[in-house]
Amino acid sequence: MKVSLFITCLCDIISSDVGKDTVEVLEKLGCEVDFPEQQTCCGQPAYNSGYLSKSKEAMKQMMKAFKDSEYVVGPSGSCVAMLHEYPQIFKGDPDWEEEANKLAAKSYEFTQFIVDVLGRVDVGSNFKGIVTYHSSCHMTRLLGVKDAPKKLLEQVEGIQLRELPLCEDCCGFGGTFAVKNPEISEQMVKEKTEHIMETEAEYVIGGDMGCLMNIGGKLSRDNRDVKVMHISQVLNS
Amino acid sequence: MPIKLGEASYKERIQSGIENDFMRGAVSSAQGRFRSGRLKAAEELGNWEDWRTRGEEIRTHTLENIDFYLQQLSDEVSKRGGKVFFAETAEEANEYINNVVKEKEAKKVVKSKSMVTEEIGLNEALEEAGSEVIETDLGEWILQMDEDPPSHIVTPALHKNKEQIRETFASKKGYKNSDMPEELATFAREQLRKEFLSADVGITGCNFAVTESGAITFVTNEGNARLVTSLPDTQISVMGMERLAPTWEDMEVLVSLLTRAAVGQKLTSYVTAITGTRLEDEVDGPEEYHLVIVDNGRSKILGTEFQSALHCIRCAACINVCPVYRHVGGHSYNSVYPGPIGAVLTPLLDGYDDHKELPYASTLCAACTDACPVKIPLHEQLIRHREIIVEREKKSPKSEQMMMEGFAQWASHPAAYKLSARMARTSLKPWTKDEIIKNGPGPLKGWTDVRDFPAPSKQSFRSWFKSRQKKERGQ
Ligand code: SF4
Repeated sequence: MKVSLFITCLCDIISSDVGKDTVEVLEKLGCEVDFPEQQTCCGQPAYNSGYLSKSKEAMKQMMKAFKDSEYVVGPSGSCVAMLHEYPQIFKGDPDWEEEANKLAAKSYEFTQFIVDVLGRVDVGSNFKGIVTYHSSCHMTRLLGVKDAPKKLLEQVEGIQLRELPLCEDCCGFGGTFAVKNPEISEQMVKEKTEHIMETEAEYVIGGDMGCLMNIGGKLSRDNRDVKVMHISQVLNS
Repeated sequence: MPIKLGEASYKERIQSGIENDFMRGAVSSAQGRFRSGRLKAAEELGNWEDWRTRGEEIRTHTLENIDFYLQQLSDEVSKRGGKVFFAETAEEANEYINNVVKEKEAKKVVKSKSMVTEEIGLNEALEEAGSEVIETDLGEWILQMDEDPPSHIVTPALHKNKEQIRETFASKKGYKNSDMPEELATFAREQLRKEFLSADVGITGCNFAVTESGAITFVTNEGNARLVTSLPDTQISVMGMERLAPTWEDMEVLVSLLTRAAVGQKLTSYVTAITGTRLEDEVDGPEEYHLVIVDNGRSKILGTEFQSALHCIRCAACINVCPVYRHVGGHSYNSVYPGPIGAVLTPLLDGYDDHKELPYASTLCAACTDACPVKIPLHEQLIRHREIIVEREKKSPKSEQMMMEGFAQWASHPAAYKLSARMARTSLKPWTKDEIIKNGPGPLKGWTDVRDFPAPSKQSFRSWFKSRQKKERGQ
């Protein structure tokens, strides 16, 4: 199966390891992965801040980049959810409506793709450690991907999964919210990391680098001994 | 009190909210109770999503035909001896009510809980005209004594704990007993009973107006609305113009959603309905009944992308799940309508000038949208507000505008993007130590004030992928 990787700008520039693991897992599962080089950012930072026309420039670039792809898979529920908004954003636009519909229809979040399209839950990984899972808001509530990551994690050999209290509560990232409202964001990420500490897990796993960077940044600031990992990194172990 | 509560700046309000440990403790434990109650009630009902869909359909249909249903309501109420007044503004509503009170030479007015009367500042208007106004909902009564605005639309005194309430009772009413809820409630009952018996006019809000029979209905737990609507001879109900339910069947669906979504109850202790005045063949009912239907900016929302905000049934489920509300409390919104629905509704009713920060007081986590029993896409409406603030009102900060201009250039030019991917690590080097940035420059500052930022990867993903492909091809 041919898969085009939608890397997301965060993973491309800040956390490239996550991208590498994503590619390797997909290949292990028999996919042929390519990387359309014309891709940039899904436009979410501008779109969510109200800069609709600016965000459309990014979106058009993405539609061009993935025009010929069969499947588009990205390691972020939030960025993939953004692609799924394109049809509504370009509705009635004679030049782009069709492209928007096509891109949305073929785009999947990484775990969603493995479970729903490839039909796999056991990817043959092995990871020793006590982990807890933070379910990111956009992945669960906008994209509707609730069970896939947990199904995959449950099959990882050696893993000990602990339930995170108020798991579905936002971590306080919210894109530009984190810098526009740092005071509130701080309280939210503080609460999130406190819940993580309650589980006594060694690792906190997630499917979105934005949230993980926020949670990880707070854990690091407080010198907490909990590591943050993207789910692709666990599945590639 | 009009919609806006005070003059403190957004940052000041947020800060004082965050520093208020008492309030935050009270809010967070109440949120916990309401949230688990709602989830349990939804589960017990079984097909919650179908109920939500039904609720959404009813509200959509009603608002799309609002002219017809307002006319029907008005006709039915008139038929049953009531007088209907349609107030375009808060001032008109207050003036009308004041005139009724004056004509009756009423001295004391008892009220049951009503958000729309908070919105139009009715209490102040009545008091200015010389009437004594008594709030009879326990929470509202406490707030009235403290001259404190509500911080929640269902449980207005949510931000207070029992010790604080005891304090209020003691200083304002000479209460001498403990802070046990039973003792506090008994005291409140005794005090309020006297007020009911001596009141000349009763004022209520309205949960749903059933238009097919001109009935105004209330959903309460304390039973105070029953006393307000059965003792005084003159009755006034005040409602926002959108609070309509075409039929009793519709009303039943909406009440089922409301009580479950609000606090996880199957039903409240009281569901009360009143219809007009005492007619000749009837044994009870008021001598005079007035229904005041308030527009106050609502009709401007009709037909816009925000129309569904008028579907709101004021259950506060969105407020109860909101993590931002949890940490800053209701008063930080500086509006009688706090939380996600407040952030959507307040700028619509009261303009952007005083409330332009509200649409940004959300991470867009969509917990509100998910919780809303009538499926209002709250987080999407917050984005619509942001678009208006940026593109129509042009009220976003200059620095942000420049940044977003840069963003658009960057994201639509792959070559520029690629260059930045290559340069990111080097350009942040001066601030990086041990792969961590603790004091970031420019826009990173807000981030690193609170948490660390990771140093960008040594090699961007795209350059790794390229070199890997080259290797595979043996180049
Ligand atoms: S917006 Fe929805 S959840 Fe919020 S108060 Fe209104 S009906 Fe309830």
